[in-house]
Amino acid sequence: MLRISSGYGPRPTGGGFETFSWYFFRVSGVALIFLAIIHLILMHVTTDVACTSYQFVAHRYQNPYWRLYDWLLLTLALLHGMNGLRVVIDDYVRNRGWRLFLLSLVGLATLAFFLLGTITIVTFQPVASALQGASCVTH
Amino acid sequence: MWSWLLHRVTGLAVLLFLLVHIVDIGLLSFGPDVYNEGIALFSTGIVRVISLGLIASVLYHAFNGVRIILIDFWPRGARYQGIMFAVVMIITILCFLPMAYFVVAPIFQPGTSAVALPM
Repeated sequence: MLRISSGYGPRPTGGGFETFSWYFFRVSGVALIFLAIIHLILMHVTTDVACTSYQFVAHRYQNPYWRLYDWLLLTLALLHGMNGLRVVIDDYVRNRGWRLFLLSLVGLATLAFFLLGTITIVTFQPVASALQGASCVTH
Repeated sequence: MWSWLLHRVTGLAVLLFLLVHIVDIGLLSFGPDVYNEGIALFSTGIVRVISLGLIASVLYHAFNGVRIILIDFWPRGARYQGIMFAVVMIITILCFLPMAYFVVAPIFQPGTSAVALPM
């Protein structure tokens, strides 16, 4: 509120990782607005979740651009979210040992989830029968 | 301050879902039966209601993110931040309601939830 006189909000100066992080939040955020909201509409509105079956994915992933779309969404969302978690930990965890432990955990989890997601998207090879008919999951 | 707190809470909620989602998509590698069993869980009534929270969180976080960028880069952004917060809430609700309808409606029409697959 006190910064109104300058007209602009606070912007980081000095370079380094925190400045990069600040810009990364904003740049990846703008991309994610489109990637995530379009993804939500495709998977929950135009197709019901019950129909996002293995067969649905098999058809969809015939097109490599959907794999690229999903991989971009995975990568940007994971880095944006985990970087957010890092900021939250920095804010609330005062003890140095705990902070180091938790931040290391965040780093390892980021790598593990990135690898799991990437491997799933890249290596998915549907069983032949999945391409024959569309099917929804009953509940 | 409320906008900040909501941004943080919705961000963490979406991150939690993302981690669960990466694991459930990982079930693809185990074949159709395993994966579809996971998807069946997502189409149950209780999980549909929970996913309303996800949709509301994504929408708020996205629109408030635009507000934050405007505060940072638009010379008059800080001056209008209060009005922009009201606009964010209104747009979030306006986008949420129709999406929520599509997510929740199948609960009340068992068997007909299946929207045709676009192929």
